[in-house]
Amino acid sequence: MLSSFLRRLATAIPSLIGVIIVTFLLTRVLPGDTAAYFAGPAATPEAIEEIRVKLGLDKSIPEQFVDYVGALVQGDLGSSLTTGQPVIQDIIDRLPASAELTLFGLFIAIAVAVPLGILAAVRQGSWIDHLCRIVATAGVSLPVFFTGLLLVYVFYYILGWAPAPLGRLDVFAFPPDPITGFLLIDCVLVGDWETLGSALAQLAVPSATLAIFALAPITRITRASMLSVLSSEFVRTARASGLSPFKVIVGYAFRNAMLPVITTLGMVFSFLLGANVLVEKVFAWPGIGSYAVEALIASDYAPVQGFVLAMAIMYVVLNLLIDLLYGVIDPRVRIEG
Amino acid sequence: MTAVTDTAPTAPPASGLMATLRHARHVIGENPVTGLSFGLFALFLVAAVIGPWIVPYDPFESDTAAALQAPSAAHWFGTDQVGRDIFSRVVAATRLDMAIAIFSVALVFVVGGLAGVAAGYFGGWTDRIVGRLADTIMAFPLFVLAMGIVAALGNTVTNIVIATAIVNFPLYARIARSEANIRREAGFVQAARLTGNSEMRTVLTQIVPNILPIMMVQMSLTMGYAILNAAGLSFIGLGVRPPTPEWGIMVAEGAAFIVSGEWWIALFPGLALMLAVFCFNLMGDGLRDIIDPQRRT
Repeated sequence: MLSSFLRRLATAIPSLIGVIIVTFLLTRVLPGDTAAYFAGPAATPEAIEEIRVKLGLDKSIPEQFVDYVGALVQGDLGSSLTTGQPVIQDIIDRLPASAELTLFGLFIAIAVAVPLGILAAVRQGSWIDHLCRIVATAGVSLPVFFTGLLLVYVFYYILGWAPAPLGRLDVFAFPPDPITGFLLIDCVLVGDWETLGSALAQLAVPSATLAIFALAPITRITRASMLSVLSSEFVRTARASGLSPFKVIVGYAFRNAMLPVITTLGMVFSFLLGANVLVEKVFAWPGIGSYAVEALIASDYAPVQGFVLAMAIMYVVLNLLIDLLYGVIDPRVRIEG
Repeated sequence: MTAVTDTAPTAPPASGLMATLRHARHVIGENPVTGLSFGLFALFLVAAVIGPWIVPYDPFESDTAAALQAPSAAHWFGTDQVGRDIFSRVVAATRLDMAIAIFSVALVFVVGGLAGVAAGYFGGWTDRIVGRLADTIMAFPLFVLAMGIVAALGNTVTNIVIATAIVNFPLYARIARSEANIRREAGFVQAARLTGNSEMRTVLTQIVPNILPIMMVQMSLTMGYAILNAAGLSFIGLGVRPPTPEWGIMVAEGAAFIVSGEWWIALFPGLALMLAVFCFNLMGDGLRDIIDPQRRT
């Protein structure tokens, strides 16, 4: 088990190296002269030269790469020009807000999509199957920022159920002292139920937006995977042995149908991390996505590069976790691995 | 032999072409949705080509007296905060949105397709380099990578096209690679090689024309994603700048008015975007039905 775990860990290393090389290249192709850019518009040629030496831009590309990796290892991603803080600090401060939103959205999506996909496969051709097909087709065509705005219009403006789309907490609510940074968890930890309610109300619409976006691929793959498993021999045997339909479907068929679903989750996550940026912009969510967008608009490049790198590393780690989960669910993968 | 290699490689014999057309008509007749999507695509193309000349108002002309009007007979889709006619802007935006999608997909079609064909046909080092490149791109969340590329290359429409092409590269390279790989030792390829064609000529006249149909399906399927990607980038303020009419940026402009109830500013460009993506997805499915040999029985 441990050796297969380590072996799997080793396969993530080339991806990580690739990610670091690409982000390094992205820092080197900045439009114009990087040193002149960091020196500011009023800098003298001497000042620019000084900054060039300070940033190490006078060295050769391989030397610069070594410096870059060295800085990365120490967690140095440069400083943001707009917030004046180290980028790594900004990202750590804002990551919980993004993670809360993305994970909550994914949770809703799985909670809706998996049962929907199973029912569509079990009752093939029924209305639920048609609903499933509509969800799968419409979901891939909807721009996520557009869905978000539609939901805001319906639930905030017309129905008045949702609070204004302005961040994680109502302006009049007092956030608890950050313990984990995850607002929901912090509220539960200090027992502040009123703030928890407010935070959940703020979270509902943006996470529903993300969930609608993630629904389509999960539903489609669950349905397809269940259909192929349901027609297999062991399901027929289980049925012939007189097991209850529930036990056959949930206990035997679904467990086997789960593997492709989990593989798809990796891809869904890639899309979700991108969609997250757009949703954060729509709902003024103070996460790393809106941080990167603000920096992009202000031509503040260090935060953008830090953001791209952080997201890529998170995605590589996530894929690793999904692979390990695969081994937990299916013992055959574990033995082969 | 010369007669065969001299004809354009993409044009199959006339009887084959007729058969394909007959088959296409059959598939479309069987599934009217595919026909609908082709019609819709034609409509988008018409809007892209002559749209700016047939719209009722100038898409750039503001009329503050008529600002923020709800849809009416005079302004079908209403007017925005400076009184520009939204219908005219939505139609005029088709050209830019289609251009971004078509150019980026065409770019990745050529570059990714050729890289994939080379990887699949030659194998060895070429294969390893192309594969590693594709894996590295896939290691990023794609939209995030596109943001990073636009930030690094500069905030222009051209760079949005390039970024969208780069994030689609792995998909094209992989499909082209596997399709080229299974044909590498096929009889007709060996025959071409035996008759003295150079490797390059064999690839271009034997492999490429054969995988073209499958790549075309891919192209249609990714076109929807390309439009979404480009619109997403312009929604967060990259590439296209106001007052240029473009669906993503128009939704972004309307976003501020959603909370005060002026829904039409964001709704109509958003619907146009959705319809375009929907059209490309359906068309891709339809094309696959036409081209997939398993359905051609």
